[in-house]
Amino acid sequence: MGDKILMKGAEVIGEAAVKAGCRLFFGYPITPQNEAPAYMAKRLPEVGGTFVQAESEVAAINMLYGASAAGHRVMTSSSSPGISLMMEGISYCAGSELPIVIVNVMRGGPGLGGIGPSQSDYFQSTKGGGHGDYRMITLAPTNLQEQADLMKTAFDLADLYRIPVMVLSDGLLGQIMEAVEFNFDIDPASLPNKEWAANGRKNREKHLINSLDLDLDGLEHHNEKLQARYKKIEENEVLCEDFLVDDAKIVIVAYGTTARIAKTAVEMMREEGYKVGLIRPITLWPFPVKNIQKSVQNSATESFYVFEMNAGQMLEDVQIVVNGKKPIRFFGRMGGNVPSPIELISKIKEIY
Amino acid sequence: MNEMKQIFKVTPLLSKTKRSYCPGCTHGVIHRLVCEVIEELDQYENSVIVVPVGCSTLAIHYFEMDTVQAAHGRAPAVATGMKRAMPDKTIFTYQGDGDLASIGTAEIVHAATRGEKITTIFVNNGIYGMTGGQMAPTTLEGWKTETSPYGRDVNKEGYPIRICEMLSQLNGPAYIARTSVHNPANIVKTKKAIRKAFKAQLNNLGFSLVEILSTCPTNWGLKPVDSLKRIENETMNYYPLGEFKSVEGL
Repeated sequence: MGDKILMKGAEVIGEAAVKAGCRLFFGYPITPQNEAPAYMAKRLPEVGGTFVQAESEVAAINMLYGASAAGHRVMTSSSSPGISLMMEGISYCAGSELPIVIVNVMRGGPGLGGIGPSQSDYFQSTKGGGHGDYRMITLAPTNLQEQADLMKTAFDLADLYRIPVMVLSDGLLGQIMEAVEFNFDIDPASLPNKEWAANGRKNREKHLINSLDLDLDGLEHHNEKLQARYKKIEENEVLCEDFLVDDAKIVIVAYGTTARIAKTAVEMMREEGYKVGLIRPITLWPFPVKNIQKSVQNSATESFYVFEMNAGQMLEDVQIVVNGKKPIRFFGRMGGNVPSPIELISKIKEIY
Repeated sequence: MNEMKQIFKVTPLLSKTKRSYCPGCTHGVIHRLVCEVIEELDQYENSVIVVPVGCSTLAIHYFEMDTVQAAHGRAPAVATGMKRAMPDKTIFTYQGDGDLASIGTAEIVHAATRGEKITTIFVNNGIYGMTGGQMAPTTLEGWKTETSPYGRDVNKEGYPIRICEMLSQLNGPAYIARTSVHNPANIVKTKKAIRKAFKAQLNNLGFSLVEILSTCPTNWGLKPVDSLKRIENETMNYYPLGEFKSVEGL
């Protein structure tokens, strides 16, 4: 602890997971995240853990289901097309209240798409993706230090709420190298015992891990219980960074890689005297409604600029919060293209 | 006065919950055999059953041991995750033929070839029961079902799949056998095979599977006794009984 290490983004995911007390990884090869499973294949045996390369993403997510049902911290890492295949399993984990951590190193779609960085899985991770009324906590790191820190957050929140948590990275954050410091090193044996786990009924009642309920009222009651939990998460777990928004005439809303670009753009424009700021949601669900509302009510702020590497997905959440009270503009690139700060600056200057 | 001696009791591993299975269905017999074996091997408190999607999803309420319900076909992957997390526990899946031999083929083949130390009880009645009698990958040629109303035509619907023969080609399995529960003699043999399969797991020898030929009187449109006769007269001709693989030490 304390030393800064120069590491590749996908490997940061692996090491942070190990240090967060995760000893089980199940995955399937897909670019641009292959360094994460490769790292775990080498690293986990060193700490008594287990790595399995599954026959598919479908099998991998169900291995997570089993390991989580056994009461262990478990994760997978994949990229967009692979995450689509995992959606069934994620829905089952949500229904059976199983804590799992999934990392999506997003690439461009739809279909096989490409391997360049993208943010086009925002809808998929924040609005469901799989079937049924469920929510998944979605964490969006903006640099590798945060990618490391949020891995621990992901495991902690998953365990606390018995819910799937997704770390929404992208091809850029998976492939770049940065210096990171691991500020935690958790011994799995020190983690709280999961009283509900299906690990053999020695001296206790039977435990059942299950999402089936053919009784209509029973299933409704189960859904109500889940919804109450989601409400609690919305009230307590929002993470967001406000950067120079108090006097901002234009507030940019961006997360992950685009927030990183936007921050540079804000700094460059501030030097030229432009009053721009940035709201950076770190949790995409729960969405930082209050942070946006504050800027809606702020008389200094005239309009919003949503900036994503997609066709405008978080844009819809911003529109819901702003609710027509102020203009919202959108700039996005697709296909794996990463816009430069200059590109964003020229867009903002057009309407400033 | 003759001394009274208890010679039989119902295994406490079976719950007293009212069953939802149809009259004449052999799930009940197979459930009991599995529970008796686990009890005899003293694995009651050490076992977790992974149940599939299909008629036996309802088994979530029938086994008095820790139970995990899996997505359709994914039970071997779920069991893999459980066993890798808890290598000292006895983990087994209970799957039907639609679940295992159709949607779950990838999962069963790869769990078997990895030699996962899990046991699979594979109940094959050649039809989708829960959804109302559709053609399964195991449905025999000529059998009429909801989705093969003119009888299974191998030119259109392909050939029934033989799981034991397929899996026994792999190196990972320690024990692969096919049995039947259509009469008492075969029920006894089935119990022996189930016992061997669990022994393979307990001795850490590799993957084990017992395919059990079963009935579906409701969707076959036959009386229970005629269904049992059908196993003997039709099913067993295509699916021969026996041990397909049994490694040394079993």
